[in-house]
Amino acid sequence: MTEVPRIVTSRWDTLDAHTIDGYRRSGAYEGYAGIKAALDRSPAQVLDEVKAATVLGRGGAGFPAGIKWGFCPPGVWPRYLVVNGDESEPGTYKDRVLMERDPHQLIEGCLIAAYAIGAAQVFLYIRGEMAHAQERVAAALNEAYAANLVGANILGTDFSVDIVLHWGAGAYIVGEETALIESLEGNRGMPRLKPPYFPAAKGLYLKPTIVNNVETLSNLPWLMVHGAESYKSVGSEASPGTRLVAVSGHVNNPGVFEIPQGTTTYRDLFYGEQYGNGIRNGNELKMFIPGGASAPWFFPEQVDLPLEGRTVGAAGSMLGSGAIVVMDETTDAVKACLRVVRFFARESCGKCSPCREGTSWEEKILQRILDGHGRPSDLDLLLDVADNISPGPYPVAAHPDAGLDAVPFPPRQTTICPLGPSSVAPITSAIRRFRHEFEAKITRRNALPVSAAPAAPAEVAP
Amino acid sequence: MSRFNEANEAIAHEIIARYPRPKSATIPLCHLAQEQDGYLAEDAMAHIAELVGITSAEVMGTATFYEMFKLAPVGRYVINICTNISCQLVGGEELLEHAESTLGITSGSTTADGLFTIEDVECVAACTEAPACQVNYRYQHRVTPEAFDTLIADLRAGRRPEIPDHGTLGATRQHISEDRVANITPPEQQVEPAWYAARNATGGESA
Repeated sequence: MTEVPRIVTSRWDTLDAHTIDGYRRSGAYEGYAGIKAALDRSPAQVLDEVKAATVLGRGGAGFPAGIKWGFCPPGVWPRYLVVNGDESEPGTYKDRVLMERDPHQLIEGCLIAAYAIGAAQVFLYIRGEMAHAQERVAAALNEAYAANLVGANILGTDFSVDIVLHWGAGAYIVGEETALIESLEGNRGMPRLKPPYFPAAKGLYLKPTIVNNVETLSNLPWLMVHGAESYKSVGSEASPGTRLVAVSGHVNNPGVFEIPQGTTTYRDLFYGEQYGNGIRNGNELKMFIPGGASAPWFFPEQVDLPLEGRTVGAAGSMLGSGAIVVMDETTDAVKACLRVVRFFARESCGKCSPCREGTSWEEKILQRILDGHGRPSDLDLLLDVADNISPGPYPVAAHPDAGLDAVPFPPRQTTICPLGPSSVAPITSAIRRFRHEFEAKITRRNALPVSAAPAAPAEVAP
Repeated sequence: MSRFNEANEAIAHEIIARYPRPKSATIPLCHLAQEQDGYLAEDAMAHIAELVGITSAEVMGTATFYEMFKLAPVGRYVINICTNISCQLVGGEELLEHAESTLGITSGSTTADGLFTIEDVECVAACTEAPACQVNYRYQHRVTPEAFDTLIADLRAGRRPEIPDHGTLGATRQHISEDRVANITPPEQQVEPAWYAARNATGGESA
């Protein structure tokens, strides 16, 4: 295996990389050389360079950043840039590390994007619970303002833009870009009705707004210094560059890794010495989540797939946020399914009825199955509730032994945003593959004698 | 408690000035109030409403959407234990059970001495360091039951000075000095940036 290029993590081993001196001194490019390179070109040329490099969005949808920027309607001002640092997808843990360890890289990425689109102001929205990331970014912004790198007349030029640190207060749904904008306006963080599908048309204060993920923007300084051709020499043709993945669960060496896009396989990640280094205790792999809790599950048959958006999509799941959760043979499929579903039930914002009601029904049904109170009709009921949130065949991996093909991504939805449909992913994945585990829990309940007394609560005083 | 004290009111004005519209400062100001009082008091919401020009009902409407805002007093240390999938797989639920039995309270409640509140929370983004928890949003990694007991003993004895009381988020604040502000005005007053037009016309030369 060739040496892994480091585009966004090149300063992670440098202890003071979060300071402006550390940023300038270390890494795969000179700190703030990227914005200098951008300022030598016109905004349109910078936009073209980002388009040419095919920088795919790293937030989950994988939409090319340059194309997204191009959606700003001409002649409508002001334009805003909003950075989505509300990382909350279960298993995901990369934007926080980028903000904590290399905040100046993100600030420089913001400057480059703001220059390319003509932004009047940048808002850097960090998840509320990430106190340390907020501290690091605030300190870095204060340094950058003092060094004439942000604010009025950046580097002595006419280019001027403010970057304002904003922080949330605990709500997964705010990661959806229109909900994030609502939150930034001081409202409850509920997604907006579509269309318009992109806030580039109507976003913050109903003005053109580009929302980009932290990792996406962190790629830009390297890209500006080294150019689109170098960027495209890493990874695959459809998915150039690298990606940060967080591998957690039952591997020996869980961690956040920068990998070339499109060429690394899940097997490399789980068993490679420099990555997961094998399943714990030498156990067998039972299943894994290939791209965040919203992604349908994969199984041992899919382990040789490369981490490439289109390939994973065709195989019935998504790369999503790069969060990979590994589950070994000891994992209870019903319990894992319930835990992921419970997440969506708790985080539903309540705007759309199919999600608000449906996700909590799903949770209740799964909970009673796990508790041994399931009914024989429960699996059909569960799939029926799921079908009301996401009608039709739901994306799912192939099951060769049972002669079942994959259903490709994405799912259909009766809701405004994908949160509700995401709750269906663990249900269809687990039931199709491990129906016997669900049925075993249900029939065990039926075998209980009618007179069986419920277990007394342990904490009741005599 | 309480409206903003004088020092915090000055900070509040500085925060509001960073936004094109004052209402955008609502969530940061709710955090500031919580930092002052440990929770988000009714009077504080009324004060925020006055400062950003909305009603106190609107402030409450926004605040109640977000789980970090506590409308009643909580413990000095709020311990958020993650039980989501990555933590569950390696003992997150067992950690929660251990915390509940050790402190003698259930998730969502506070110890009688007012020191600790436990919450069963969703993913805190420390998945590769599972099982994880946060104390007042400061990370604790790979928390075994023994490590949890040590943490509680240390907090009781005041041996964790880096963890502030509940309400304080980032200990460092952003500050933009007046001479460095580029252009923060309401959207109605904004036009195409002069540098953008000039640089696109000349192919990169500054105006």
